[in-house]
Amino acid sequence: MARFVIRRLLQSGIVLLGVTLVVFLLLQLVPGDPVRVALGTRFDPQTYEALRARAGLDQPLVVQYFDYLRRALTGDLGVSFRSGRPVTSIVLERLPATLSLALTAVLFALLIALPLGILSAMRSGSFVDHAARVFSQFGVSVPDFWMGIMGILLFAGVLGWLPPSGYVALTEDPARWASHVALPAATVGLVTASILTRFIRSSMLEVLSEDYVRTAEAKGLRTRVVVLRHVLRNALIPVVTVVAVQVASLLGGVIVIEVLFAWPGIGRLTYDAVQARDYPVLQGAVLLVAALFLLVNLLVDILYARLDPRITVR
Amino acid sequence: MSDAAVLAVTDLTVTIGTRRGPARAVAGVDWSVRAGETLALVGESGSGKSMSVLAATGLAPRAARVTGQVRLLGTDFTASSPDRRRRMRGRHVGFVFQDPMTSLNPVLTVGRQVAEAGEEHLGLTRRAARARAVELLDLVGIPSAAQRVDAYPHQFSGGMRQRVVIAMALACEPDLLIADEPTTALDVTTQAQIVELVADLQRRLGTAVVWITHDLGVVAGIADTVAVMYAGRILEQGPVDAVFGQPAHPYTTALLAARPDPAAGGGDLVTIAGAPPSPLALPAGCAFWPRCPVRGDARCEHELPPLRPVSTRHHVRTFYPQHADGRAGHE
Amino acid sequence: MSEQTVGRSEGSLRRALSALRHDPLALTGSAVLVLLVVVGVAGSWLAPYGVNDVDVDRMLQPPSGAHPFGTDELGRDVLSRVMVAARVSLQVGLVSVGIALVVGVTLGLFAGYYRGWLDNVLMRCMDVLFAFPVLLLAVAIVAVLGPGLLTAMIAIGVVYTPIFARVTRAGVLSVREQVFVRAAVSIGASDLRIMRRHVLPNIAAPLIVQTSLSLAFAILSEAALSFLGLGVQPPAPAWGRMLFDGRGFVTDAWWLGVFPGAAIFLTVLAFNLVGDALRDVLDPRQLTVNEARRSTG
Repeated sequence: MARFVIRRLLQSGIVLLGVTLVVFLLLQLVPGDPVRVALGTRFDPQTYEALRARAGLDQPLVVQYFDYLRRALTGDLGVSFRSGRPVTSIVLERLPATLSLALTAVLFALLIALPLGILSAMRSGSFVDHAARVFSQFGVSVPDFWMGIMGILLFAGVLGWLPPSGYVALTEDPARWASHVALPAATVGLVTASILTRFIRSSMLEVLSEDYVRTAEAKGLRTRVVVLRHVLRNALIPVVTVVAVQVASLLGGVIVIEVLFAWPGIGRLTYDAVQARDYPVLQGAVLLVAALFLLVNLLVDILYARLDPRITVR
Repeated sequence: MSDAAVLAVTDLTVTIGTRRGPARAVAGVDWSVRAGETLALVGESGSGKSMSVLAATGLAPRAARVTGQVRLLGTDFTASSPDRRRRMRGRHVGFVFQDPMTSLNPVLTVGRQVAEAGEEHLGLTRRAARARAVELLDLVGIPSAAQRVDAYPHQFSGGMRQRVVIAMALACEPDLLIADEPTTALDVTTQAQIVELVADLQRRLGTAVVWITHDLGVVAGIADTVAVMYAGRILEQGPVDAVFGQPAHPYTTALLAARPDPAAGGGDLVTIAGAPPSPLALPAGCAFWPRCPVRGDARCEHELPPLRPVSTRHHVRTFYPQHADGRAGHE
Repeated sequence: MSEQTVGRSEGSLRRALSALRHDPLALTGSAVLVLLVVVGVAGSWLAPYGVNDVDVDRMLQPPSGAHPFGTDELGRDVLSRVMVAARVSLQVGLVSVGIALVVGVTLGLFAGYYRGWLDNVLMRCMDVLFAFPVLLLAVAIVAVLGPGLLTAMIAIGVVYTPIFARVTRAGVLSVREQVFVRAAVSIGASDLRIMRRHVLPNIAAPLIVQTSLSLAFAILSEAALSFLGLGVQPPAPAWGRMLFDGRGFVTDAWWLGVFPGAAIFLTVLAFNLVGDALRDVLDPRQLTVNEARRSTG
């Protein structure tokens, strides 16, 4: 187990190093001088030189990279071209909004996908099964922002039950947070639910045909025990991975949904940084998201090894 | 005789709905097994031998339609509610399946899997069931059972896993043990050990055993009665000495001839040419006719031979029963 | 030897086509795709109005006989814009998946065939690209290169390259151990020839499936990019951009939200239906990489 964890840690470390290189090179790909581009009409020589020096752009490339890496390791991701504030704090400020949206959405998705996926596998060919398949095909094909617009049209426009957009912090006013999070979370959650439903269904079907399920039935166990103890326990192991991948990519900020609902998370920050050509903020957001993504995947692999006793000996 | 039978099956049929139409997996079979006795069901794969047992005990796949009568311990099993049937499985019938590598749940400890039937049927507490699991693992010859009880299936060899499966099947001291090709997936030495183990447990516990196999060598060693199945029907059945000593059906004769004979230096393996008919399209007459070395006349092709006695307990389904000297004759 | 491999690839194509013919859902999907291609090619001739015919007197009119999909905030005909925008979506989808296919398959072939350090380096690079959520990486690339049709295609192509590399490599690893590949090696065929003649045809099935499903996701990604204003630039019409521009009016003018989105949905659905049918026939046990991968970003 320890060896497995160490090996995965090393792998993730190497990939993370690669991620920093990609993020660093993003700035080099900007045609022309990124600082000049960013300043645009607000150009004045003094600010220009200060920003260039602060971003280390007057150094050779290799020096720049190792400098970037060294500072990134100490939590220094540079300063915003626009506000001059440290990128790290700008990005971290946005994390709670994204986190609360992502977790609500995944919770919502699981509430739909678990019963639907399990039922449709256990009653294969039934009405529930067909409904589940139509639902999952719908979910993977529909653009989430379109569903969001339709949601606004219905719940904010026609019915007037929910605000069309905006954000209130959970810590500030839970009730108003809930009314604001409902539409974006349901939008993201429905898409996620359709992916999970399909995956849970196929995972369940695979386990249901296993010999050990027949063994459990041969022991005369109740259906509930067979399903809970023997089927679900095995079927949900791969599902854990997919759920985590979904959470991780939602943590990356659901850019389009955050823009549509004016939700001030990482995704919205990325969008604003792109509009403002605030490259250090863009870099910081992308780096943080990728690092989170790797971290979640690492945790999942370790969790997976705990859930499946066969992994550690392999 | 059927009064004393632990499990008796009468006119059992199993029809499985497939995309290409109904498949007749079992086409009307009768057999029974008494306490302390071993019945061997013999046949090629697809002959319906496993399916007849699974259907009789309510474990047939969902797509299967089962008709006929099954009496388990004197009660009408087919007429019982699904819940009552479930309560009898595990409690009165234990199962050992073919592949010990896949018939154990990989994420539960073997102790847990041995214990759960006792918790379900005997109302044992978790602690008592665990103690019982250690006893059972010890009974089936797993060394240092008290430690191994917390190990996972992947930490056992194939033979040891099959012992675990046997311990599981015996958890509630069932009246009947169903062994569905329990040695096929094991190497030869382990096969002999498992056969020996089951025979020994049967002597000590007085359990009835239905042993499903295509290995005639095993049958001769352990079975009291044997039923030879082909394309969903029984072609010959009776006491093992009678059936093996004086096989009356050309198919039984061919099977016995196809058996690798270690005494003959394990020479050429004789096989029966051709393949069994598809269960989607069973012929009107004798299903073995296309492959039969005797191939009597047009009657074989168009008319199903009845199962008729050749001696008091020895029955055969053919128009041309073989004589002891191996020649075909006409009655 | 080569007959065998050629036979197999023809077999998978033939099976693919017959699968499409016999599956009503796939047939519907194919019909939608054909319609889409016709509209994509001839959209500007078929459209009843010019895409940029501004007419402020007729702005925000609900659907009517003259304007079946209504008009937008500048009085432009929504139907005409939806029709003409089909070309952009198809173009971005095809070109970006083409890029991903060519680059990904090449990398995957070399990695799987030569193994060793090359495999390690290439696949670690793919891992790095995999560490970014799909849309975030595409947005970052477009942000750096500057928004537009070409950069959107490049960005989406880069994002979907690792999937093709992984699928290809997995296929190559199993094929290269088979007898006919070893035989080809033993008679001294060159590596490139073996890859082209023996390996590639035998991994065609999963690649066909992957291509079809990736087209669906690429079109979704293009819509998302253009929703963010990073795709084809105005005044050229794009479905995603139409939704973005109309989002402020939807509560008053529902047609601005409904029709462009429905066009995206139907297009993506059609590709998914065809892709699923192909997978059922060609590659039933393929990992659902795509589904796990499709981030809502």
